Amino acid sequence: MKFAIVVFPGSNCDQDCFHVAKDLLGCEADYVWHRDTDLKGADVVVLPGGFAYGDYLRAGALARFSPVMESVADFARKGGPVLGICNGFQVLLEAGLLPGAVRVNRGLRYVCRDVHMRVENADTPFTRLYQKGSVVTMPIGHMEGNYTAPAAELEALEREGRVVFRYCDARGRLDDAANPNGAEHGIAGIVSAEGNVVGLMPHPDRCSEALLGSDQGRKMFESVVEALAVR
Amino acid sequence: MKVEVRVYPREGILDPQGKAIAAALARLGHASVRDVRAGKVFFLEVAGEDRARAEAEARKMAEELLANTVIEGFDVKVL
Repeated sequence: MKFAIVVFPGSNCDQDCFHVAKDLLGCEADYVWHRDTDLKGADVVVLPGGFAYGDYLRAGALARFSPVMESVADFARKGGPVLGICNGFQVLLEAGLLPGAVRVNRGLRYVCRDVHMRVENADTPFTRLYQKGSVVTMPIGHMEGNYTAPAAELEALEREGRVVFRYCDARGRLDDAANPNGAEHGIAGIVSAEGNVVGLMPHPDRCSEALLGSDQGRKMFESVVEALAVR
Repeated sequence: MKVEVRVYPREGILDPQGKAIAAALARLGHASVRDVRAGKVFFLEVAGEDRARAEAEARKMAEELLANTVIEGFDVKVL
C-alpha cells in the first residue's frame, strides 16, 4: 500500500501527510514533485495543504497547470483514490476534478480553529470507517473555503449524496453560526460523481494522533487503506 | 498592443470583499453607494497588430486561467 504525496512549491502539509501514511499507518509513502509525472506506482494520491504557488491569482489556479496534475487526473480517471486537503481541495476544484469553487471566507479573515462536521457520506474510500451522521471535529486553517457551485450542481451534489462533510455544531445540528466560512449548504467536503476523488477544507492530517490533541482525522487515511485492501 | 482584461464576481454570486467595501464606504458617509463588487484588472502587453485576434486570444486566456468562470465573469478591451 503506497501513498503518493504531491508537493507543489508552497505546499506545507506534505510532511504531515507523509508522517501519517508512513509512521502512523505503516504504509509506504513517497513525495512526488509537481514537475514530475511519475506517481511511482502509488495506490493513493494525496494533495496536501499549503499555499501552492503562493495562492497567486486564485488558490489552486496555477498549481492546476503543474505537469503532475495530468498524471493525477489520469490516475483519478482510472478510479484511483485521490484526497485533496485544504489547498489540495482548492487545486482539485481549479483542475475540474471536483465541481464548484471557493470564495474568500464571508468574514474576510483567515480562520484557524477546530470545526465540527457531520459525516454525510460514509461510503467513500476516505470515510468508510466513519459512521454516517456522526460528528467529527477537525482543525481548519484557510482564507478561501467559502464553497459554492452553480445551483444545478449543488442540487446534483445533494441528490447524489456527494456532500461528504457538512459543518454543524458540537451536537450535529446544522446551524449557520457553526459554518466558519459561509460555504453554501454548509459544505466542508465533497466527492466526485465517480466516487473516488474526495476534497475537504478541514485538515485530517493535523488530527491523526493523540499527541496532536486528537486522532479523529486518522480514519480518513485508514479508510482508504481498508478500501484498497478489500478491492 | 495593450489589452485589458477585467475579472469580477458574477452577478448574484456573494462577494464578501465587495460587501465589506460597500459597508466601509457607507461608514465614510458615501450614502449613495448601493452595491460594490470587487474584481481585478490584468494589463497585457501583446505582440502583433491584429486587434480581433488579440481580443480572441485574451478571451481564451481569461477562460483558461485569468477567471474562474464558475464564480467570475470577465470582459476584454483592446486599447
